Amino acid sequence: METSEKLLDPELVQRGRPVCGFSRKVFCEGMRDGVPIALGYFAVSFSLGIAARKAGFTPLQGFLASLLNNASAGEYAAFALIMTNASYLEVAVITLIANARYLLMSCALAQRFAPDTPIWHRFVIGYDVTDELFGITIARPGNLDPYYTYGAILLAAPAWASGTALGIIAGNLLPLRAVSALSVALYGMFLAIIIPPARKSRIVAALVAVSFALSFACNYLPGIASLSDGTRTILLTVLISGAAAVLFPVKDQEAEKDDA
Amino acid sequence: MTHNNYIYIAIMALVSYCIRVLPLTLIRRPIKNRFIQSFLYYVPYVTLAVMTFPAIVHATQSPAAGAAALVIGIAAAWWGASLFQVAVACCAVVLIIELFI
Repeated sequence: METSEKLLDPELVQRGRPVCGFSRKVFCEGMRDGVPIALGYFAVSFSLGIAARKAGFTPLQGFLASLLNNASAGEYAAFALIMTNASYLEVAVITLIANARYLLMSCALAQRFAPDTPIWHRFVIGYDVTDELFGITIARPGNLDPYYTYGAILLAAPAWASGTALGIIAGNLLPLRAVSALSVALYGMFLAIIIPPARKSRIVAALVAVSFALSFACNYLPGIASLSDGTRTILLTVLISGAAAVLFPVKDQEAEKDDA
Repeated sequence: MTHNNYIYIAIMALVSYCIRVLPLTLIRRPIKNRFIQSFLYYVPYVTLAVMTFPAIVHATQSPAAGAAALVIGIAAAWWGASLFQVAVACCAVVLIIELFI
């Protein structure tokens, strides 16, 4: 069995397994499903650009930050810290916390790769695991076809990066009223991510409510109120999620099923 | 001490990439520890909720407009609106309310 496989020309083996071969059809399907995501990213990253501008980023720096990070909350939290001239370590920690959910998504995706998929696909897919791209990738039945996700990434990543750059430029040009309205787009995205699962699970709904309340309270508590937004986010996330994990441990299947 | 924006970007990019690529390459088996699994499951909801409120209220010129965007955003997401629709609804609410304030 092993020897016969070794004898086969790699290309012939590939042809028998369409999963890791390039398919124009699958790639185009990915692009099709990437259109609404790219549209949403463009709108949301605009308000990310407004935050990046406050942190002193040039349009090029904002473009690079978004192109290399592909993270809404992670970038936003980092920009908020950078605004206060935070240390490099603080920025690393907030990026880790705000993006921790991608760790879980990558774990789920790792299970869906066909065993014979070349490893370099894992390095490329890892470039852009986001809530939305993870969602459409995992929603497809069967083994993960990286070219489907590449099709979507091809539209989503440039939209995200150019929206950020434009947000930085427009932040200077647009009237204050428009900037004010656009600033909430990012929060709209956060709500679109957390509210649907909260509707399905009472525990998640309660956690969201508790997080809102404690986050609000921390604005006024002596001592804690003087910490930066980023540090408060780190503390609250670790405390609340840790308490929830002890009080309401998830069943093995639940985490992956709900995420999918 | 002043910091270099490009170093900030490099650190952010490195951390973001490692978080995503390590589970895909090195840690290929599912996480078995129940506490870690539960913790990671809850983290996104808590982080995003903490970051959203009360920040959304301070993001706009008038706090009332930000608060209205929060309510409309929650309602829209609750009734199944897409990411794009929720984001646009929030912006529209702020724009309209601030026209009248």
